[in-house]
Amino acid sequence: MNRVLTAACAAAVLATSSACSLTESNSTPAAKGAGTITVESSDKACDLSASQAPSGNVVFKVKNTGSKVTEFYLYAADGLRIVGEIENVGPGLSRDLVVHAAPGTYLATCKPGMTGQGIRSKFTVTGSGKTPAIEGVDQAGIDAATSQYAEYVRDQSQQLVAGTTKFTDAYKAGNDDEARTLFPRARIFWERIETVAESFGDLDPKMDLREADLEPGQKWTGWHRIEKDLWPPASGYRQLGTAERARFADDLLANTMVLHERVQSLDYTVDQIGNGSKGLLDEVAKGKITGEEDIWSHTDLHDFQGNVDGARVGFEGLKPLLEVKDPALAEQIATAFHKLQRLLDSYRRGDGFVSYDKVTEPQRKELSDAVNALAEPLSKMTGAITL
Amino acid sequence: MTGRPRGTATGALSRRRLLGAAGAGALAVGAAGVGGFAYGNDSEEPAHGVDRATYPFHGRHQAGITTPAQDRLHFASFDVTTDSRQQLVALLREWTAAARQMTAGAPVGGDAPTSYDAPPTDTGEALGLDASGLTLTFGFGPSLFAKDGTDRFGLRDKQPAALRELPHFPADKLDPRRSNGDLCVQACAHDPQVAVHAIRNLARIGFGTVAMRWAQLGFGRTSSTSTRQATPRNLLGFKDGTANLKAEDPKSLEEFVWVQEADDADATWLTGGSYLVARRINMHVEPWDRASLREQEALIGRDRGEGAPLSGGTEFTEPDFDLQGRDGPLIATDAHVRLAHPTRNKGVHMLRRGYNFTDGSDVLGRLDAGLFFIAFVRDPDVHYIPMQTRLSSQDALMEYLQHTGSGLFAVPPGVTSTSGFIGEGLFA
Repeated sequence: MNRVLTAACAAAVLATSSACSLTESNSTPAAKGAGTITVESSDKACDLSASQAPSGNVVFKVKNTGSKVTEFYLYAADGLRIVGEIENVGPGLSRDLVVHAAPGTYLATCKPGMTGQGIRSKFTVTGSGKTPAIEGVDQAGIDAATSQYAEYVRDQSQQLVAGTTKFTDAYKAGNDDEARTLFPRARIFWERIETVAESFGDLDPKMDLREADLEPGQKWTGWHRIEKDLWPPASGYRQLGTAERARFADDLLANTMVLHERVQSLDYTVDQIGNGSKGLLDEVAKGKITGEEDIWSHTDLHDFQGNVDGARVGFEGLKPLLEVKDPALAEQIATAFHKLQRLLDSYRRGDGFVSYDKVTEPQRKELSDAVNALAEPLSKMTGAITL
Repeated sequence: MTGRPRGTATGALSRRRLLGAAGAGALAVGAAGVGGFAYGNDSEEPAHGVDRATYPFHGRHQAGITTPAQDRLHFASFDVTTDSRQQLVALLREWTAAARQMTAGAPVGGDAPTSYDAPPTDTGEALGLDASGLTLTFGFGPSLFAKDGTDRFGLRDKQPAALRELPHFPADKLDPRRSNGDLCVQACAHDPQVAVHAIRNLARIGFGTVAMRWAQLGFGRTSSTSTRQATPRNLLGFKDGTANLKAEDPKSLEEFVWVQEADDADATWLTGGSYLVARRINMHVEPWDRASLREQEALIGRDRGEGAPLSGGTEFTEPDFDLQGRDGPLIATDAHVRLAHPTRNKGVHMLRRGYNFTDGSDVLGRLDAGLFFIAFVRDPDVHYIPMQTRLSSQDALMEYLQHTGSGLFAVPPGVTSTSGFIGEGLFA
């Protein structure tokens, strides 16, 4: 389970990367070494190896030489706007901050103990003459991406509630054929927002735990519990009675409602969306590609499609930003999405997908190769955008 | 390339130096010089265990052929998954750049800091380790040139005539998942972690352009490619590769290993290159271990302790195939050493560079082990296929062997400039 978003971090939007740094191109790193500044952050001092650097990519190699947890910020001249930051550097540890800085005056700041104004000093970025014209994306573009994503999650959650309601109704009524048809068609909404749903550590195990993941003594509930009842093993399994069915079905629906309620107030940062996209592909690579997700129903390709859908929505929302930062990477990701989707489409049958137990090993490898081809460049998206 | 150790070829920061103080402490111990030794490809072998050895990436021939056989192997075969020639060339450039760095003991991507929000460019498991004599040797399979009748990358006219899938040899039981491939990479090093790190990073760089088809780990060399190396033993317990071609015999290398300009008019790009034959040969070790020493030595044709031919002498004494004992020749007519010997194969030699392997045990609890045979030859039609045909049908040792994987690859010449890349001549 991939907890990319934690409930705590999702609760408040922290401007982890400023609008300024988000909207500038990543190209033209500073001449090697020229832009590298070492910073020693002790409990009482913030020592920089130089107080200026040429424009372009500037690297601060921050070492915490003190006894408290420290942070390092590069503020704009107003001392308020954050150009780049690193947080949570434990005593003795080192971490690099890479920022793309335009000529101007900044404030380099260490915050031992993580409180207060910090220890500030003036830092100058000189014109290197090599800074390319920067095509800007305004804050409105960033806001549009994040709010669109929040809207998408709410919409999918709404459809998940509707789909789950129909599914559990059919299951409770003993309409098993209908329930089997509805099962993957309701789950796809879950899979599209899986990394968000999984960020709720209390809900996820109740809703999406697989039998193989159970701990000794743990009660098994949720989607996969019902899946096994609808696609029971040939022997050694006792079908659930009406009352038991109702209990599992009502529990799943109730938890879905709680999820729906919680996502109403969620906001997302650019890096959360980017990492969420990558996380959804990881879900495919780990569970779906092997057929472990829906071991009874073999409806894995529906879930696969759901994860890919969710990842693509995240990517497409961020694409205008990535196209400024690293257009080649944006193109590479778009192409890889296209290829993976084309391959997935070849497994469509009617309004669904081929049963995964009919997908041969060489075919699974081909799918896996296509997932790797996408996931590798996608893993670079967040870093490229937030630099 | 005779002579003495030189400084590292690149100015890249080594992985060990990246680690700062801890690494600096270690550097003070051992041989002189910062950045480790560089050895020539051809003849010098570092003292065993000197993991700071580096072999130059650049040269007329690729490293990893006449380089003194390192102890560990990670071999990988890849399929190309794109139709784009441009993308394939871009990958070869990227692989070349990464190979330059890794063979110099530097991390992939060099020492440039990257964003904390990005995955590191190097996977990291070799940080703190030196180059460990790493060599990376690249090859092109027949399917790269044409597959199912399709000229995939406009290379068909340049396909060497000898570059074809190896024929079916008698008793072959080849697993398609351990055979063939469009590209291959042979990673050899004294430290297995360094070899595995290299293949893993190349595979990662390749996602979207190539996909891993199969791979093989080798835990111990079974051949010597330099007279300075002792002859190692294979899993049958016998010395292997006594009569191997050695780096110190350049004339034979030209004759039997390196492709010459006049060899193939369509494939002059391969001049200075070679062919790599890969065979995964499983050994039935449990029955072998129950065979009497008499039978074992008779099958091999050498004595087990010294490695001398049964006709007498010491390890490097030439076998006398005519010398008679009570019941016929001392070296049996179906002994391995006789059938494989150059004098019985029209005088042809090859440069063997194989590795012992084990991939755990099979479902029956038998050791899944054997020899991952690698040979470099100038022309497989002359220097490998006839000999293997004879061995597969006549060698009495075949009772204990089963070939389970196979591949033939054309190994282009070395990269000679810092702007060049592997296979540049083919794509010119």
